[in-house]
Amino acid sequence: MTLATFPASEPKPSWTRYFSFNTDAKVIGIQYIVLAFFFFLIGGLLAMIIRGELITPEADLVDRTVYNGIYTMHGTIMLFLFIFPVLNGLNNLLIPTMIGAPDMAFPRLNAVAFWLVPIFGIVLIASFFVPGGPAYSGWWSYPPVSVQNPLGHLVNGQGMWLTAVALSGVSSIMGAVNFVTTIIRMRAPGMTWFRMPVFCWTALAAQSLQLIGLPALTGGAVMLLFDLVAGTTFYDPSGGGDPVLYQHFFWFYSHPAVYVIILPVFGIFSELFPVYARKPLFGYVYVSLASFIIVGLGLIVWVHHFFTSGVPQWMRNLFMVNTMLISVPTGVKVFAWLGTLWRGKIRLTTPMLFCLGGLFNFVFAGITGVMLATVPVDIHVSNTYFVVGHFHYVIYGAAVMGIFAAIYHWFPKFIGRMPYEGLGKLHFLLTFIGANINFLPMHPLGLMGMPRRVSSYDPEFAFWNVIASLGAFLLGVSIIPFLLNMISSWVRGPKATHNPWNAIGLEWLLPSPPAEDNFGEHVPVVISRPYGYGLGQPLVEHQAEIEQLLTAAELQEASR
Amino acid sequence: MTPSPAQGPRFSPLSVVALVGWVGLLVALSVWMGQQAYHWLPLQASTAAPLVDGLFSFETAVGTFVFGGVISVMVWVVLMHRAEKYDETDAEPIEGNTKLEVIWTAIPFVLVMAIAVYAIRVNTSLGVLGPMEHIHQDNPVEEVGGTPGDRLPAENIEVVARQWSWEFRYPAANVSSTELHLAVDQPVTFRLVSEDVLHGFFVPAFRLKQDVVPGRAINFNLTPTREGRYRLRDSQFSGTWFAANQADVVVESGDAHTAWLSQAEKLPLQSGISDAVDEYAARAKRANPGWATVPPAPPPQVNVPGSNNFPHDA
Repeated sequence: MTLATFPASEPKPSWTRYFSFNTDAKVIGIQYIVLAFFFFLIGGLLAMIIRGELITPEADLVDRTVYNGIYTMHGTIMLFLFIFPVLNGLNNLLIPTMIGAPDMAFPRLNAVAFWLVPIFGIVLIASFFVPGGPAYSGWWSYPPVSVQNPLGHLVNGQGMWLTAVALSGVSSIMGAVNFVTTIIRMRAPGMTWFRMPVFCWTALAAQSLQLIGLPALTGGAVMLLFDLVAGTTFYDPSGGGDPVLYQHFFWFYSHPAVYVIILPVFGIFSELFPVYARKPLFGYVYVSLASFIIVGLGLIVWVHHFFTSGVPQWMRNLFMVNTMLISVPTGVKVFAWLGTLWRGKIRLTTPMLFCLGGLFNFVFAGITGVMLATVPVDIHVSNTYFVVGHFHYVIYGAAVMGIFAAIYHWFPKFIGRMPYEGLGKLHFLLTFIGANINFLPMHPLGLMGMPRRVSSYDPEFAFWNVIASLGAFLLGVSIIPFLLNMISSWVRGPKATHNPWNAIGLEWLLPSPPAEDNFGEHVPVVISRPYGYGLGQPLVEHQAEIEQLLTAAELQEASR
Repeated sequence: MTPSPAQGPRFSPLSVVALVGWVGLLVALSVWMGQQAYHWLPLQASTAAPLVDGLFSFETAVGTFVFGGVISVMVWVVLMHRAEKYDETDAEPIEGNTKLEVIWTAIPFVLVMAIAVYAIRVNTSLGVLGPMEHIHQDNPVEEVGGTPGDRLPAENIEVVARQWSWEFRYPAANVSSTELHLAVDQPVTFRLVSEDVLHGFFVPAFRLKQDVVPGRAINFNLTPTREGRYRLRDSQFSGTWFAANQADVVVESGDAHTAWLSQAEKLPLQSGISDAVDEYAARAKRANPGWATVPPAPPPQVNVPGSNNFPHDA
């Protein structure tokens, strides 16, 4: 076998490629992530307005119509323009490099999927400026509220919202086809299913869910758009329709969507805990398969989102039991991570801190999730702040923290420079404390009976709302050290070696940053399972030579 | 390092005692949290409330134990299993343990199934479950909510939800109101209808909630058990004045209730409570009234408007 020579003096690619229709998955990955954080700032600003309004019981900061538009757009932007794009960015960076593929299976489709994001992002943001304002019916857009269209214009905020969501669905389906095909068809020689990194297992599981679930949402949204602009009555009882039908379409996708978000984060935890505990992942095979058990169960729980909506008794009990079963494979993963940490040699780097904090929040969210699954408790707390608290613990407390962990961990690989640890730890501390102060008070509020989506509330809820708002403002501040860190280390951070964390994985056998076609013709042959920490087995054939060449190239670069 | 639970199979007697002591402490904490859980909920004012609260308390106790156990391990690991400075070596490689994996699949399974059985039993005694036949063309009124006792000959009250007001009609007494009056310990059947969009009938003190679905009439049963003044809140987002779509629920003695009904019948019809109508009028006068809204329905004409400004118990 011939080995790659990794020329150290490749011509520097121009920064303008990030603003072009580039088909390199690594460029697309960074495009996704940077764009996602741009929208994250907008969504976060809207959250600050929400918490500013809720710091007092009266509706006094903004008009109620403005509040309703803002909370709707906050949820929509955070889900469709932040969290899905940022995860697709990580998929783009990690899947090809982890499995040793030169690029995605369909690079041009990949670029189209990405460029749809700014397009529907513009459609969504533009809806702030049409007469009547943006959509105001929540990110669920339940009819009949969502088809009321107060001004009666053909172009209205809700219609633009539905158009954006449909485009987002198209983009996500394109992405899913690409990721699934790439993982199934383009793995390095020797990388059997059970030698594949867990991140790829979880990405495969999550993207399969996209393929199964998205058609239901997209179809449901198109019917809603017809109801809104063409006068059909799919969901209108006066024309023989049923508003509850929409809830089935919506949640058939949007519940699995939560797993599309959290599964890759489980993948990130499974990748990072072994690196920073210096131990193999505990029960690798079971952890990998648990993702697909979660997929199977995740598809048959959607009715738990509308137990109060007029669903028959057998449905309530069936969906309650299904929902509770999900905690079993999820628990398996949590215990496997604990088993990985146990008697390890723990290193509290920034990515590890984010993983530990994310796991802490996730366990809490899992417990409130079981409470929400049981019908009698759910009847009391559904559509209250208890639910808002629960899913912010999942999405922000666990998923976003896992995403931050991934960014700090793989930043050196794809940018070629090291992020600063001090700023990273400050970022972690502010995020962890801010998230808990923000989201914990939502649970007592919900138990007391404060409905979600309210622009004003009774005075007895004021105390916990003030605390939550202060936590939210702290969370708002927490993003500053992150942005400072990313910008300054990208511009002038210390150069990263090919494997600064001493991690095991194909991506760490590439130079930092990798060449455009990754391993090119010289894909190493995988000969053992991932996470072989302490086992002393090489991951690939000729590993020592590959590492020697990489180090030599780095030394040459440094002496230049 | 002295032998400790961290040393895995090499259990010293001391470490076993420490572990058992810690688990005992967690159990005590869990039981205590289970008791605390009752205080996080509003006061109990219906037959359903103690059942729901009991389940929630049980879940809080189990959840505290699981959370405490997992976090104990995390904290222990972070404190005790840190890499020494400059130690670049790997830890002892343990790739898995089938016996442990079976155990930590089985224990959560048993735990959640225990909770599920408990919840199904509460469901059954609550009767929060609708009928098997959910074909509303054949069955125009759906029955939900309430213990079987709540379905005894009950006072019938029609609840009309609108954007944004609640109207309560007492057909037997020919009374209508925008404040809900109920007799304590008397079963009541609400007939929930909506004139426009989805609404949610939610009285936290009763622990019960039911969406009001346009195009359907839903019979909703409950029995209040404590006199007092409570809040009814719209719980399914219904548009601009969703947050203001609330009403008071007055639970009074049977005699007081009869007296209220006969007094109310004599009152002339007048505009009921609708904060939305008042705010809409004030909003129109502002220079920058905000984004578009559906105008509120005119306030319902009722015998008793009631008030939104009395102090309430929950």
